[in-house]
Amino acid sequence: MPSLPSSPTETFPGRFTEQHATRLLWRAGFGPKPGDAKRLAALGLDGAVASLTRPSGAAQLIGAKPHSAPGQPLDPVDVWGDDHCWWLDRMVRSTHQLVERMTLIWHSWFATSIDGATQGLMLKQNQMMRAHWLGNFHDLLVDVTRDPAMLLWLSGNANTKYSPNENYGREVMELFTLGAQRGYSQRDVHNQARALTGWTNTWNQGSGPSNFRFDPELHDDGVKVIFGHRGRFTYLDTARLCVQHPLHPSFMIPKLWGYFIAEPIPGPTLRALERAYRAGGFEARPLVEAILRHPLFYEGARMVIPPVVYCAGLLRAQRRTVQTNSWAWIGELTGQRLFEPPNVAGWDYTHWLDTSRWSGRFTAVNYALEETAIDPESKHYPERENAPQAVARALAFWDNPTISEATHRSLLSFSRSAQRLIKADWEQVPYRVMRQNALRALIPTTPDWQTC
Amino acid sequence: MPRTRATCCDGFSRSEAMRAALAGSGRPDPRDWDPRMPLPAGTGVDRRRFLLGAAGGMLSVYGAGRLGLGGRALSEGIAEAATLQGSNSPILVSIFLAGGIDALSVLAPTADPTYIKLRPTLAVAPGSGTPFREDPSLSWGPAAAAFAQLHDAGKMTVFPGIGYTDPDMSHFTSRHYWEVGASDTRLMTGWLGRYLDIVGSPTNPLQGLSMDSEMNPTLATARNPVAAIDRPETFSLWLEDVWGDIFSETLDSASSLGDAQRHSGDAAIAQVAQAASEVGIVRRALAPFRTADGDAAYTSPVAYPKAAGTDFPQRLAGLAAMIAAGLPLHCVALTPETQFDTHSAEAATFNTGLPVIAEAIATFQADLEARGLADRVLVHVWSEFGRRALENGSKGTDHGAAGVSMLIGTRATGTMVGEWPSLTDLDVNGNQRENVDFRGVYCSLLEQWFGQDAAAIIPDANRYARYQLIN
Repeated sequence: MPSLPSSPTETFPGRFTEQHATRLLWRAGFGPKPGDAKRLAALGLDGAVASLTRPSGAAQLIGAKPHSAPGQPLDPVDVWGDDHCWWLDRMVRSTHQLVERMTLIWHSWFATSIDGATQGLMLKQNQMMRAHWLGNFHDLLVDVTRDPAMLLWLSGNANTKYSPNENYGREVMELFTLGAQRGYSQRDVHNQARALTGWTNTWNQGSGPSNFRFDPELHDDGVKVIFGHRGRFTYLDTARLCVQHPLHPSFMIPKLWGYFIAEPIPGPTLRALERAYRAGGFEARPLVEAILRHPLFYEGARMVIPPVVYCAGLLRAQRRTVQTNSWAWIGELTGQRLFEPPNVAGWDYTHWLDTSRWSGRFTAVNYALEETAIDPESKHYPERENAPQAVARALAFWDNPTISEATHRSLLSFSRSAQRLIKADWEQVPYRVMRQNALRALIPTTPDWQTC
Repeated sequence: MPRTRATCCDGFSRSEAMRAALAGSGRPDPRDWDPRMPLPAGTGVDRRRFLLGAAGGMLSVYGAGRLGLGGRALSEGIAEAATLQGSNSPILVSIFLAGGIDALSVLAPTADPTYIKLRPTLAVAPGSGTPFREDPSLSWGPAAAAFAQLHDAGKMTVFPGIGYTDPDMSHFTSRHYWEVGASDTRLMTGWLGRYLDIVGSPTNPLQGLSMDSEMNPTLATARNPVAAIDRPETFSLWLEDVWGDIFSETLDSASSLGDAQRHSGDAAIAQVAQAASEVGIVRRALAPFRTADGDAAYTSPVAYPKAAGTDFPQRLAGLAAMIAAGLPLHCVALTPETQFDTHSAEAATFNTGLPVIAEAIATFQADLEARGLADRVLVHVWSEFGRRALENGSKGTDHGAAGVSMLIGTRATGTMVGEWPSLTDLDVNGNQRENVDFRGVYCSLLEQWFGQDAAAIIPDANRYARYQLIN
């Protein structure tokens, strides 16, 4: 097991329990499979974090291969929704959970959509972001800047010296590196757009956009002034100047922190991480290793689990895998269709739920349980099962997740009400089966399960 | 699309039971109900609630009764809100054209040589659109033909140069300003949300209804509940191998767990619980709008347009039906699917996206008129900014400042408010300057449409000019 360098900021001092491991598995992965929390807790805090940030070997995909329908493998490049399912499958099955979780963070950070690019190019972008998962932020930004899907999405391929297009030039500062109204002016936007000129591609009637390339003929090689620096800047300078901007670390670190921890980052922690980030040349790994060991990660308020993590977690908890491409439209219903973020600012991680999204999650639970629901006509269900036994059975089905007293009382109360509905003798078994199916569905809809 | 099931949620079966009971009571038309008469057996309508309905907004509750909304199907908060609100209370429908729609392609000075010079490929060709009734030098773009008809009929007010001082060219910042009704990035409640916090109810989530499948920030409240749906008939739940009474009990259990934990001190727990609690209320209220097969259980008196990739017209059809049924809606927000961030190939977005939006809004107006509801409803169409006067060489336009906004309704004054913004006196970034502040429009709407003191809702309300917007 690799060891971790000491954190530049404070670390969680308490005993690392199964409960802490469970939070780590939900926030830095896609939820525990049965037994995962116990195994992780045994590694201790540093060991558990290192197992996520420094996994050994190549990622393995464990469990049944994904299908869009029985007998039909996924076709992520050409079939609508199979792109979503292809990635969801990696979230469910990959042994390198944080690799997928970081890729999801970068996808939301540099939000690009199939609404402006093709599925094939989105998948290539996804591989690029996966390769950079805990790497250097500057190098990631360079690759994002020249990524074909991004060039299409933010008009980089339409930005020429004859007519600069400000789309990427503005967002690279506002959303990706500095934050709105932080350390740049409209003049910088314009000059960034000029520096970014020169990217183009070929269009083909049949296959769509291809052959993305930098064409010096289209590039404005004149002198630009960006953040007060003068030079014949290119897209490489755009990335360098943004990352070296004095206000970049104070944008980047709180944003990254916000994906993992509900509370705002404390001032001293921010300053310590800013120093480490600059000194290390803009590496992401030391930041994430500090965040995952920070006391607030374990002691702070709960967070609502993001929708796609919720869906993956429902399957992982049952050791099930993706066997229907319904997961794509369920992604839409729950508010997180992969490769189709709501806009270039990505998903809003602070507000996932409303009446519509809650209903979407209920639908997700239903689909997750589709194969495991018990047939009410079954002859092999205990016909004398009482209300507490039914609740205990349903909790055991989900590997006994931690739930509050109040939630437990509510499940028990439902279990009793359901039993009171049994009137005729023939109803004894089918009603108990339905009660069990219902309890298994209710558990993951509770606030306890939907937060971590 | 989600598959549908014959087994259905409890509210629906309850309302079915109620309808059956009504039919058997010898009173085929619930509007004939008299509060002094005994209640039809088996409907589950308790007397107190029924009297509550009878005492206040007769029409609301009667209308609801006709659709099977009542008794246990209509939860107490909704019934009370419907009663208190009455049948004449005003409704504001906020429609957001996302991405910053190009005002110069909606309403264009087609003969202006400056315009033609600034828009070599995108200019609306003279004669291609409909002349603007109030100023013959302007023309509606061909994609906005349905807007032209509304304006010609005196049912559309147009703001051709709306915006705010120190315009922000970020989509997100500018949109946020419009949503919260102030140039304040930290304000976290919508301008209509703050209105609902003052006049709304703590038990009626339908008072602020987003019809985009997610909460629209314009409606974000600090206290009172609001809801998000898509269309009324699509709001339903089912479970594999759980049906009948047990399924009803399951949904009720999820909602009551939400009721119990919605005030949790943990913000994340409260967020989940609040949603669960409100799902229960909305589910019961909307059940009658959906057939057992998941189709719309309502009809529209007019035909809405149909187009691939959008259900915006159908959402408006559902909205008109909900208003007609007397549901206690107060502020509603919708966002059409089309994004107007036209950095390139702008003409394609306009030609395919705008006509269906404009026709849907005109059809919604006709629907309300056919149902006799038009005087109660005002539609507000807005976008976060207009676009750069000079087109960008990708046959598109970059982010601008002043833009276009409209109000539609029989009670709208139906004229142009403000002036056509000059193309020769552009700001330092080459954008048109605003001559009407959107916050002044919000203040005027609050005062004239809702009869509400704007100072309690819009920061620095007294700094903004008011406009005569309502007849």
